[in-house]
Amino acid sequence: MKNADLIHETISSLLANKIRSSLTVLGIVIGIGSVIAMIAIGQGAQNSIKASIDSLGSNLIMVTPGAQRTIGSPVSAGRGSAQSLTLADAAAITQNVSLAQNVASELSGRYQVTAAGTNTNTSVLGTTSMYPIVRNITIDQGVFLSDQHVSSLAKVAVIGPTVRDDLFGVGSSPIGQTIRIKKIDFKIIGITVAKGGSGFSNQDDMIYIPITTAQQFLSGNQYVSTIDVQAADAASMTELQSEVTTLLLSQHHISDPALADFSTLNQADIIATASTVTGTFTILLGSVAAISLLVGGIGIMNMMLTTVTERTREIGLRKAVGATQSDISTQFLAEAVALTFTGGFIGIVLGELVACAVRQLAGIAASVSFISIILAFGVSAGIGIIFDYYPARRAAKLNPIQALRYE
Amino acid sequence: MLECKNLTKIYESGGEELIVLKNLSFKIEDGEFVAIIGPSGSGKSTLMHILGALDTPTSGEYLFNGKNISEFSDDELANIRKTQIGFVFQAFNLLPRTSVLRNVMLPLVYADTPEAEREPRAKEALKNAGLDEDHFQHLSNQLSGGQMQRVAIARALVNNPTLILADEPTGNLDTKTGKIVLETFRKLNKEHGHTIILITHEPDVAEAANRIITIRDGVIVEDKKNTHSLL
Ligand SMILES: Nc1ncnc2c1ncn2[C@@H]1O[C@H](COP(=O)(O)OP(=O)(O)OP(=O)(O)O)[C@@H](O)[C@H]1O
Ligand SMILES: [Mg+2]
Repeated sequence: MKNADLIHETISSLLANKIRSSLTVLGIVIGIGSVIAMIAIGQGAQNSIKASIDSLGSNLIMVTPGAQRTIGSPVSAGRGSAQSLTLADAAAITQNVSLAQNVASELSGRYQVTAAGTNTNTSVLGTTSMYPIVRNITIDQGVFLSDQHVSSLAKVAVIGPTVRDDLFGVGSSPIGQTIRIKKIDFKIIGITVAKGGSGFSNQDDMIYIPITTAQQFLSGNQYVSTIDVQAADAASMTELQSEVTTLLLSQHHISDPALADFSTLNQADIIATASTVTGTFTILLGSVAAISLLVGGIGIMNMMLTTVTERTREIGLRKAVGATQSDISTQFLAEAVALTFTGGFIGIVLGELVACAVRQLAGIAASVSFISIILAFGVSAGIGIIFDYYPARRAAKLNPIQALRYE
Repeated sequence: MLECKNLTKIYESGGEELIVLKNLSFKIEDGEFVAIIGPSGSGKSTLMHILGALDTPTSGEYLFNGKNISEFSDDELANIRKTQIGFVFQAFNLLPRTSVLRNVMLPLVYADTPEAEREPRAKEALKNAGLDEDHFQHLSNQLSGGQMQRVAIARALVNNPTLILADEPTGNLDTKTGKIVLETFRKLNKEHGHTIILITHEPDVAEAANRIITIRDGVIVEDKKNTHSLL
């Protein structure tokens, strides 16, 4: 049998059985499409979460206030609502903990901010000059807050690009202009580079002012809401965490660590927790995909089993008019390949489209991985061969009369 | 030349043995025109399938041109079927949802006949089988029983085989079309020397043959030269 005849015979056989062909392709499309889309979404979510954790900075220990518990009372005020950390604590860490590479204090609050006729409600963060290093912020225009600004309680502000867009218009350059927070005018000295909205705290929608200014004019007390301590590397984080804890306990004259009026959070722990969560998420999506693949496979199997009688007769007939076993096997292999490749191709395109839609609509960086394509294709080729080619090959071994009489 | 020696076919169904052909021995020379008659269930089709290299006997020998083809491999049998035998099935066995022309061209595809020759030869065969040209593009399942029968006959003729086996080829045809088909067979036999074996119930169809073999319960009860008394 010539190749041209083989192709012709395969195509006309597929067209003569349009419903069977299209349902088989559909089964493969659903199976492959869902595997590819689900894996893309799962990995995208994992990457998005990891990116937003990374955007916090790297190798960070975050110290937040916590209400001091009295012995016997389980009641605790909410974390962060307590006031127990001061700039003196931050200074002590800088001075006494040699593992602390950089230290930045934060005092956050939300205020209505106005500028030349427009206004917005946004986060105002009092902080120190180390903040950009510790939290991975880069300056787009102008400068960030300096130690000089902090010590002199300067009324200057660095704004994020979202704030700039909201108050002054997209892409404008408002350096030197004034914004008003709680009836106090701040001069804009810098704009940060956009990091992209990432989950928890959007660093683009933020105004940075000297922490001392924030204490004096906004909160009216000497407390801070977070002290970020950065380790030199990931290996020293645990040790750094315990040193910071020991130092602050002695600073606050607390002898029992259980009664600490602050808590420390190790970034490595956050990442570990988050990756457990996203790992579970990926397994969940993977299972959904596997089930879809199974359902698609069963659909194909059904299709093939219901038509096996007719197919076996067809094989008997072809053999009766002179087809050899290899003519039959080759034709049915070509058919299986045509069906699975068509289905596989459409499935990949569909999976890519779904991933694209998720990217656009949900903001998850879903990207189709090569592995998932290989996996999905392997499975669909397997299905095609097991359910289409293999029974045909077996039928081709029967003599024509056995095949024609097949029930 | 065909020769059967002690040909036996036994079917097993549900633990019971059914002996369909019992120790048949006979010879058919090249160029003969043979009719096989006998009551329903007597084993005619079963015998034809063996003669057509479509099925194998349980025991005994079947010599096709002097070779015992019961010992042939699957591919060797396929080769004999596609080059030397044309078979008309009692149940037609056309490819479903496929055009008449493609059905008739199917043996040519497996025989690697040059593409350009296929359609003219298929049309020629269909004409010899008495099918109207209007139906050539119809799908096989849009045909009447008689039309399907003519397509099945055309498919058996298209390869120009030296041995034509036809199982009830006129069973679904009216007298006039039946005559066209028989005329074609007779012509192939007389002018081209092809061997023709057909099964029939109708005495006047059997009359067309030169030899009539009667089978009953798997044994040959009569094997006689036809004197064309009715012609
Ligand atoms: N695959 C099979 N398994 C079991 N028995 C079979 C099988 N094929 C045929 N038979 C039996 O063999 C016997 C002969 O069948 P065959 O088809 O040869 O009859 P026939 O002479 O062609 O009859 P008809 O004139 O009705 O076509 C029947 O009794 C049938 O039941
Ligand atoms: Mg019969």
